[in-house]
Amino acid sequence: MKNIAQIVCEHPFFHGLDGEFCDLVCGCARNVRFNPGEYLFHEGGDADYLYLIRYGQVGLEIAVPGKPPVSFQTLHDGDLVGVSWVLPPYHWSYDARAITLTRAIAMDARCLRKKCDDDPALGYEVLKRLLPILTSRLQATQMQILDVYAAPEQSP
Amino acid sequence: MVPEPVRVLRRWQELDAVWTLELEPVKTGGRSFQPGQFNMLYVFGVGEVPISLSGDASETAALVHTVRGVGPVSNKLVALQPGDTVGLRGPFGVGWPMAAAEGSDVLIVAGGLGLAPLRPAIYHLMHHREKYGRVILLYGTRSPEDILYAGELAEWGERADLEVQITVDHAVSDWQGKIGVVPALLPTLDFDPEDTVAMVCGPEIMMRFTVNALRDAGVEDEAIFLSMERNMKCALGHCGHCQFGSTFVCKDGPVVSFDRVRGLLSLKEF
Ligand SMILES: Cc1cc2nc3c(=O)[nH]c(=O)nc-3n(C[C@H](O)[C@H](O)[C@H](O)COP(=O)(O)OP(=O)(O)OC[C@H]3O[C@@H](n4cnc5c(N)ncnc54)[C@H](O)[C@@H]3O)c2cc1C
Ligand code: FES
Repeated sequence: MKNIAQIVCEHPFFHGLDGEFCDLVCGCARNVRFNPGEYLFHEGGDADYLYLIRYGQVGLEIAVPGKPPVSFQTLHDGDLVGVSWVLPPYHWSYDARAITLTRAIAMDARCLRKKCDDDPALGYEVLKRLLPILTSRLQATQMQILDVYAAPEQSP
Repeated sequence: MVPEPVRVLRRWQELDAVWTLELEPVKTGGRSFQPGQFNMLYVFGVGEVPISLSGDASETAALVHTVRGVGPVSNKLVALQPGDTVGLRGPFGVGWPMAAAEGSDVLIVAGGLGLAPLRPAIYHLMHHREKYGRVILLYGTRSPEDILYAGELAEWGERADLEVQITVDHAVSDWQGKIGVVPALLPTLDFDPEDTVAMVCGPEIMMRFTVNALRDAGVEDEAIFLSMERNMKCALGHCGHCQFGSTFVCKDGPVVSFDRVRGLLSLKEF
């Protein structure tokens, strides 16, 4: 059976990380499991953890008053769930719900932030891995906001 | 070139305001076409519009078109009833590079109604499966309710020789599939960019994002093919209505390789 250090360092988010850094971040990690329908976190809640999916599918949702929540993204094996833990005031801006049985690594965000603050080289490594994820999510959001598949406005 | 009368044999609804029409030439027999080509459909007294062929090119008896009603002509087309007659010119244009893609893997990326011009290519790949490597179909649309040809997509997804992934921009809780934009599927896909021919069709913004993701993955510009939509009049390369840089979409396209339209894709149409 793999130990937590192996699991963390083999996850795509940390893959290739320097051994010493890996030992540092492993100190913030633990294994978690979510059943289908179980929430990882809720909008407005404290972003105390980030989750690295090992297996499973997680939906990111926004609650709509009087209607079922709308999902705008699903995340899968190897993905990172949640980016609000890196930006003050560290509050989630959406809900995250397990769609299938999901096994993940929960990283204690305070612990990781502290280690990144204490060792800027580690902090830079983590940010370099986070930035492409943020950029691609921003691009996806642009396409979704533009609603590119909507029927063009009817001409008379 | 004078429009030839064709009669509506059958029609069925695909989505809200989207109908598929099966047309039969009144005077001549059926006619052949290449996947990716289009016909000019003429509603008498209203106007003429380009519409892609969306049926199986190996079945020449009837011509199949999938139309979304968006304006004067297309609204009339989707309201046609069996027995009604319209005018037809075509087929026109350069289609998907089916012959050139033989021996390679084929990656099809379709967005929304863009699956319609790609469906003949998918039929062709399935009829000649042994001539191609892996065949991957990525389809993105607005929501689960907007999935075009949902039944066929489900059947294709069952086939061992076709890899199908569907994603929607947003959904409510009972959708168990993927949610997110279709270009975002590309970085997660394990494919050989050097031996892949990509065929892309959808709204132009979706195509731009998809081309970027394909290039990031290492697919050469010459191996990325797009189906361009520009307003048309003559469809014969005479009037210049559909001109896109030095390319006449009606004659040199609608399917063009990205290296021919690089730098033009983000230009506005005037
Ligand atoms: C090569 C080619 C293949 C096509 N294949 C199909 C097809 O298979 N099925 C289909 O439904 N349509 C297809 N189209 C688009 C179709 O030709 C137009 O929707 C049609 O010309 C609209 O004419 P209209 O008189 O009904 O409306 P118009 O009054 O001309 O347009 C109504 C509204 O639709 C918008 N519009 C028009 N054309 C497009 C377009 N191409 N993309 C986005 N918005 C547009 C206009 O800006 C306007 O807001 C194709 C176009 C081309 C160039
Ligand atoms: S439509 Fe006339 S040149 Fe293309």
